[in-house]
Amino acid sequence: MDSALIPKGLKRCPFGPFVMGIGAVSAVLLWGVFAMLLVWIKGLNQTNMNDYYGFALWIWADLTVIALGGGAFFTGFLRYIIGKDELKNIINYAVLIGFICYSSAQLILGIDVGQPLRGWFIFWHANVHSMLTEVAFCLTAYFGVLTIEYLPLILENRQIDKVPFFHHLSHNLHEIMAVFAATGAFLSFFHQGSLGGVSGVLFGRPFGFREGVFIWPWTFFLFTWSAAAAGPCFTILITKITEVVTQKKLVKDNVIDLLAKISGWMLATYIVVKIVDTWYWATVTAPSKGFNFMDFYSDNAFYGPWILMLEIILGGIIPAVILITERWRKNPGFFITAIVLAVIGVCVNRWVMVLQVLAVPVLPFDRWILYYPSWQEVATTILPVAYGIILIALSYRYLPIFPQEQELNPVK
Amino acid sequence: MFPFNFEWVWDMSHLVFMGGLGFALNAMGLGITYCIIKAVIDTFKEQGGHHD
Repeated sequence: MDSALIPKGLKRCPFGPFVMGIGAVSAVLLWGVFAMLLVWIKGLNQTNMNDYYGFALWIWADLTVIALGGGAFFTGFLRYIIGKDELKNIINYAVLIGFICYSSAQLILGIDVGQPLRGWFIFWHANVHSMLTEVAFCLTAYFGVLTIEYLPLILENRQIDKVPFFHHLSHNLHEIMAVFAATGAFLSFFHQGSLGGVSGVLFGRPFGFREGVFIWPWTFFLFTWSAAAAGPCFTILITKITEVVTQKKLVKDNVIDLLAKISGWMLATYIVVKIVDTWYWATVTAPSKGFNFMDFYSDNAFYGPWILMLEIILGGIIPAVILITERWRKNPGFFITAIVLAVIGVCVNRWVMVLQVLAVPVLPFDRWILYYPSWQEVATTILPVAYGIILIALSYRYLPIFPQEQELNPVK
Repeated sequence: MFPFNFEWVWDMSHLVFMGGLGFALNAMGLGITYCIIKAVIDTFKEQGGHHD
């Protein structure tokens, strides 16, 4: 039925099962849209946020998808600026995943601000001393870059490509993609960093506060670093999931291996710096503010030292060691474990830097207040996942996302 | 955001922040404009070639 739209030489499932699959995911999407409308119509009373938790599940989801979407800027940086040519075989998918992550982040922010009609205030009345203003500007601009990077892929659709203007436009965009990749790397460095900077500058919240250099706390650099390390791991993870779902090999092993190796070294160096940062914070910074290390991890029902171990050892050291050791990296079981652990590690880091920062009591009469999200918050957080699955399914079906697919899966 | 907004101040913070933003937006804007204009020229050239 839609065979004229499917890229030439590639095999796709019949139209019926495809529509049924999209329909099933759309049901989840509609559940999220319903919750989103409830929040917009009735207000933020639909959430479990309160005076303790002005930042909650949505901001964690925001920071997490932005970190996981970091695979787009870092892979683009490696491909176009450093010149790792093999990565041209996965850059399309990295861009698509980045596009989904950043559009999701903006959707979540649109729900979280409570008054989306006033969303433009942050641009028009910009407070140039605010880390969040920098995030808003760079996030929006970088989403523009990702849209430009995704555009040539859409234009390469079999039918659209027949229009001469679109054919030339797509070709020209590819020709100067390095300009957009460099702009994206510049923007990403600052907004990934500023998201970390937000907790780092909170001198009234000793769990998050850090010293730093000039106006930037150390968390600024740690966030950018961790996004560059874990983002490509997420790209690889989604590629592997896509291969399982489609029952096809889509990217050659040497491409995945190169990206995983670079990601492993980024993760290894990051985790060393993270350990040094944590050690200095625990022994110098926090005590200087009147806190002992264990004040942040005791007398509550949830945040124990286990979460620090989960983030640093399980989500940092172990995947880093596996990914930088060639023998273990080439073992499929170890490899996928490392990729999953690296993704979990960055998710836990973002949770800790948003939720635990707010949970820790800072005044003598304060107590630990734990937070659990409302179903509306959960539904609106799952909404982008359903949207992402649909966009990946449509892009995979109608666009030449994987340049090596035809060679790896010749149609008989 | 702009010098005509009431809260604008001509200081280093505004110049660095807005300068960085302007640099990025200009790179994107000029890049996409170049691609569109070149695509129009290429399309006309191709059509002219077909007429010959």
